[in-house]
Amino acid sequence: MALTHEIISHFQVNVNREDCKKCKSCIKNCSFGVFSFNGKQIVAEHHKCVACQRCVIMCPGKAIHISQSESCLPPHGNYTEKIRNIIWAQSGTGGVLISATGNDRPIRSIFDDLLLDSCQVTNPSIDPIREIIETKIFFGRKPKKLDFTTASNDVNEVSLKTNNSVNFEIEMPIMIGHMSLGSISYNACQAIYQAAKELNIVAGSGEGGLHPDFYEYAPNIITEVASGRFGVDLNYLNNAVAIEIKIGQGAKPGHGGHLPGEKVSSLISQTRMIPEGSDALSPYPHHDIYSIEDLAQLIAALKEATRYKIPVGVKIAAVHNSAPIAVGIVRSGADFLTLDGFRGGTGAAPRIIRDHAGIPIELAIAAVDKSLREENLREQITLIAGGSIRYSADLIKVIALGADVAMCCMPVLIAMGCRVCQQCFRGLCPWGIATQDEILVKRLDITIAKNRIINLFHSWNEELKDVLGAMGIDSVESLRSNRDRLRYIGPNPRIAEILEVKHAGE
Amino acid sequence: MQVNKRMIVNETKEKIFEIGLEEIIEINAAPNGKSIDSRELNFMIHEAVNANYKSIILNNVCGQRFIGAALKGDIEIIINGIPGNDLGIFMDGPKVIVNGNCEDQSGNTMNHGTIIINGDGGDVIGLSSRGGKIFIKGDVGYRVGIHMKEYEDKFPLLIIGGTINDFLGEYMAGGLIIVLGLKYENGNFQESDQPICGNELGAGIHGGKIFLRTDLSLEDKLGIGANVFDITEEEIAEISPFIDEFCKIFGIPSDIIWKKPFQTIKPISKRPFGGNYCSQII
Repeated sequence: MALTHEIISHFQVNVNREDCKKCKSCIKNCSFGVFSFNGKQIVAEHHKCVACQRCVIMCPGKAIHISQSESCLPPHGNYTEKIRNIIWAQSGTGGVLISATGNDRPIRSIFDDLLLDSCQVTNPSIDPIREIIETKIFFGRKPKKLDFTTASNDVNEVSLKTNNSVNFEIEMPIMIGHMSLGSISYNACQAIYQAAKELNIVAGSGEGGLHPDFYEYAPNIITEVASGRFGVDLNYLNNAVAIEIKIGQGAKPGHGGHLPGEKVSSLISQTRMIPEGSDALSPYPHHDIYSIEDLAQLIAALKEATRYKIPVGVKIAAVHNSAPIAVGIVRSGADFLTLDGFRGGTGAAPRIIRDHAGIPIELAIAAVDKSLREENLREQITLIAGGSIRYSADLIKVIALGADVAMCCMPVLIAMGCRVCQQCFRGLCPWGIATQDEILVKRLDITIAKNRIINLFHSWNEELKDVLGAMGIDSVESLRSNRDRLRYIGPNPRIAEILEVKHAGE
Repeated sequence: MQVNKRMIVNETKEKIFEIGLEEIIEINAAPNGKSIDSRELNFMIHEAVNANYKSIILNNVCGQRFIGAALKGDIEIIINGIPGNDLGIFMDGPKVIVNGNCEDQSGNTMNHGTIIINGDGGDVIGLSSRGGKIFIKGDVGYRVGIHMKEYEDKFPLLIIGGTINDFLGEYMAGGLIIVLGLKYENGNFQESDQPICGNELGAGIHGGKIFLRTDLSLEDKLGIGANVFDITEEEIAEISPFIDEFCKIFGIPSDIIWKKPFQTIKPISKRPFGGNYCSQII
């Protein structure tokens, strides 16, 4: 059965025989087992190749290059090769197809259909290199209004009466999303937390606990309480700058988690606080949260547990009803709200959910921002948007659509060396990022990876300042929800209406 | 701050504990007949803990939530009344005794400590607990003991004197649940007239064990991934000390316990859903 329905190779591994020194570096480097030596020469099994480029870069003779496979199926515009491959995989195994990274369907990006405004004549632009443009964000709940004591007539004796919720400051409106130790390696976590500390931004711990080695980065780590409650104890709650209740994830809204037992090494066991080799199942819902009232209860419990010293927020996936749910979440006492769009990434999720469930972050953030403004709640909460913030343009546009902070993961992984081969769930990452294999993990140099993340976000922040300067805005807070600085050039005017963005030319 | 500094010794305290903890404080959760809210009550408890009181007695408790939340160390809290949801959430060490019923999610994500309920319990008791002991004299509701797990020296134990409802031990990954099926009436313990359990016993269980004291067939009550066995000699030896401890706390004559056999619910495999997925390259 397998033979007659074999999926054709996607890539062709070409080894130039003249340049090949037969040093077998490719055999050592390829964790997918593509290469072998037959006694005379290196041979490649093309169907195992995922085009991760590890062999190409590590080959001392530069003898390898990978091209797209020339073999093809009979063309059909509707039954694409991908759909036929899905059917063959399912009919061969009977299982739910697993996928990694974000949605790979070629759905038009709304970010790409938005254009930014700039100043001409009637309002001056600002030179961001010579003038101060503020990109700091205060993270946490803001009071509805400020009350002052008015006991005395002396204006100098006025003092603030309002009890402010706790807030903390981050240098740029960027958060590194939640990737747990387990989905990514120890070295990758270390690089991310070090970068977050040096940049003074925040990074998520993911739902898999926090290894004691990372407690020193607590002032820059948002820990996550998910339905599995893995690794949640007093140390975990107290070693964080904020706590997030994870309800959903953009890549798999409504879906639980499943870390297979074979991946629960001693390191993961320590972090998640489960025995080595046992499955780590995250139930689909939190079984103590069936309503907004229950959510309010867990928020209050976490605040009680941390003695009201740190903000407690909620992460939901962007789904059809995000806007009213978000209103409920703000009313239930959350200090921040994270919205994760349907292009958001994952280490492992069913393909059917990753590719088809949820809505794009552009529409979700605009709808949530609008609802919160209508309910007079927007100013009280820090709103974080993620789900494929690919580069600084997306960061800028998502802020203009209503986010305070943009959350991203894939650009961080790509900066560290990820080639987006989309095999994270197999634990074979040849770049040492999405793997727990000690030999593979050592391939990721923590310092180099950290510096690349720092460079990336430094660059994004400078570009953000450039755009703000060109718009004549001196603080990123003035760009937030500023839809007037965007114009739409896409094919669907209804999208522009939902985004509350005018069409270009209007 | 309405902390009453009068030293008292409570009746229940004499019954259950060896006296030895000297610093006792009594807090009235409903001064002037009006209940204070959860946050205020918890603030008072924390103040008492910070003042080094080792035994805290809460009187007239009525639905206040999160009592004992994230408290650690050698403290005992005696609750006269009915505590609200999330009693002892994230708790790491203290002993909580409730003279009354408790509501939902008692022992939520508990790491260590003891919760003793002299009455009935609500739903989702012991949710995701990693360690500690929960002893409930009476009946409990749905989804009790869900996703209990164990790790190294942490081992959660949940014993229910009465009966339970559907989805006991769902997703269970470690620890022990024991259900006795007794009822307390007219000062005596006797067999409960209610069915000992609901449906979907141990649905998705992949670690830990559940013991039910019943001679009825449980085959048709099992959830996916769970299987039922007769109790073995080793298992009797394993649970006996826990049952003795439970009987001592609530004054149950231990000979009544062994009049009926126990049945064990265990996972079919450590990987109940391992075969559900396909990771072929598309």
